[in-house]
Amino acid sequence: MGLLMPHTGTVIWMLIGFLAVFFLLKKFAWKPVLNALKHREESIENALRAADAAKQDMERLHIDNERIIAEAKQERDRIFKEARDLKETIVLDAKEQAISEAEKLIETARSNIKSEKNAAIKEIREYAVQLSVHIAEKLLQEKLAGDKEQKELIDKLLRDIKTN
Amino acid sequence: MLREGRLIKVIIGALAIVVFTANFILASESEESHGEASGHGKFDPGSFIFGHIGDSYDWHIIDIGQKSISIPLPVILFSKEKGIIIFWSSRFKHGHASYKDFRLETEGENKGKIIETLSDGSEVIPFDISITKNIAALFFSIILILIIFINVGNAYKKRPDQPPRGLQSLLEPVILFVRDEIAKPSIGEKKYESFMPFLLTVFFFIWINNMLGLIPIFPGGVNVTGNIAVTMVLAFFTFTVTAIRGNKNYWKHIFNTPGVPIWLKLPLPIMPVVETIGIFTKPIVLMIRLFANITAGHIIVLGFVSLIFLFGEIQPFLGYSVSVVSIMFIIFMTLLELLVAFIQAYVFTFLSALYFGMAVEDHH
Repeated sequence: MGLLMPHTGTVIWMLIGFLAVFFLLKKFAWKPVLNALKHREESIENALRAADAAKQDMERLHIDNERIIAEAKQERDRIFKEARDLKETIVLDAKEQAISEAEKLIETARSNIKSEKNAAIKEIREYAVQLSVHIAEKLLQEKLAGDKEQKELIDKLLRDIKTN
Repeated sequence: MLREGRLIKVIIGALAIVVFTANFILASESEESHGEASGHGKFDPGSFIFGHIGDSYDWHIIDIGQKSISIPLPVILFSKEKGIIIFWSSRFKHGHASYKDFRLETEGENKGKIIETLSDGSEVIPFDISITKNIAALFFSIILILIIFINVGNAYKKRPDQPPRGLQSLLEPVILFVRDEIAKPSIGEKKYESFMPFLLTVFFFIWINNMLGLIPIFPGGVNVTGNIAVTMVLAFFTFTVTAIRGNKNYWKHIFNTPGVPIWLKLPLPIMPVVETIGIFTKPIVLMIRLFANITAGHIIVLGFVSLIFLFGEIQPFLGYSVSVVSIMFIIFMTLLELLVAFIQAYVFTFLSALYFGMAVEDHH
């Protein structure tokens, strides 16, 4: 059999054989293999993408956390500051109030004192009038003795009043 | 682990080569003795080599002493006078006997062919679809391929979305190689899928047959992919698929090549003729390249084997000393052929994929 001349019988058997291999392998081997490979690649790709997404989520969460912490710190500082301010204002207010209260008290005290004083003066006056009247009564009753004695008496009385 | 595995492979390979050469030594000794029996007397490297790479009606396994052991194969003939005739090739007794009106020609132009003697005494060659050595080896490889890949396919079905195991993990990288390095870049991401079954079949068919051809002992060692009929059929399928799948753009490129001056198309259709010839030369080149590469590899190895016997005929000890060098060359060649087995499968598949890519390419 010539090496370079294709033998008809071989060609026929090869045609049949190759077609049989092709169709059998196509159905029973290549289809499941290629499908499985594709499916696996897709699932790997999906898994990778999911992992990536999860990583990004984590990163975002991390950033969120940091932001929240920073915000919380700010909030805390703000509250502290507010509290400090509040304390100061309260103290200031209290001081002011105390001062004004004290002033008021002093004022009332003063006016009280004034009115008391006035009342006292008034009383003294009344008392002085009574006393004068009383002295005058006494003087009138003591008209018996001479002028000299009258004068002495008046002086003595006046001295008494003064000491009173 | 990997290095150990490699070492084991090398050792197995070396052992195989030793068996290989031993087999050929035995085989060629018998050729020699056959030659002596038929009166030639001398070792004929030509008939020795072509006997091994060619086809025959029985599958020769080994010769022990004068006794030749071979598997008889069915001879199937269509005779104009007698219709379908089927008988075992052992009826011919290696060309020493004829069966009914058929005999195996041992000399001349039709050497190795079956000749039918018609009732009027004239001799014709009947239509012959015998299961010859090449076809028996082809069937063996087909069965092997089917077993391997249907198993692998079932493994993928049974264990979806899991890492490959065993045979799967051996073949998956190769399947991915065909897909990602051959089909995708040549045909394109969008259209490659429908060509994958053909490309994979062609790739593994050629590769496995090439490697079986390198195995020296039965049932390997047959020059299947170095048979022009086999490569012709493979190339024919590439041609057919290209022609069937060729789109408008592809045919336009052939019959009215764009970007070419008009005087190359009219009045003499130079470009269309060149392009049309190209449709046929592409598969023919595929056919010849595979055939020539594989056959050449076999011839070189057999040539080194022949050297031993040529020198051995002059002086037995000269033969022994030459055998050392020859076997070293045979080992080297066989390792090279192992590489060639893959490269040729790759080249055939890659070029087929390129042609398919051209056939389905969109207008750009």
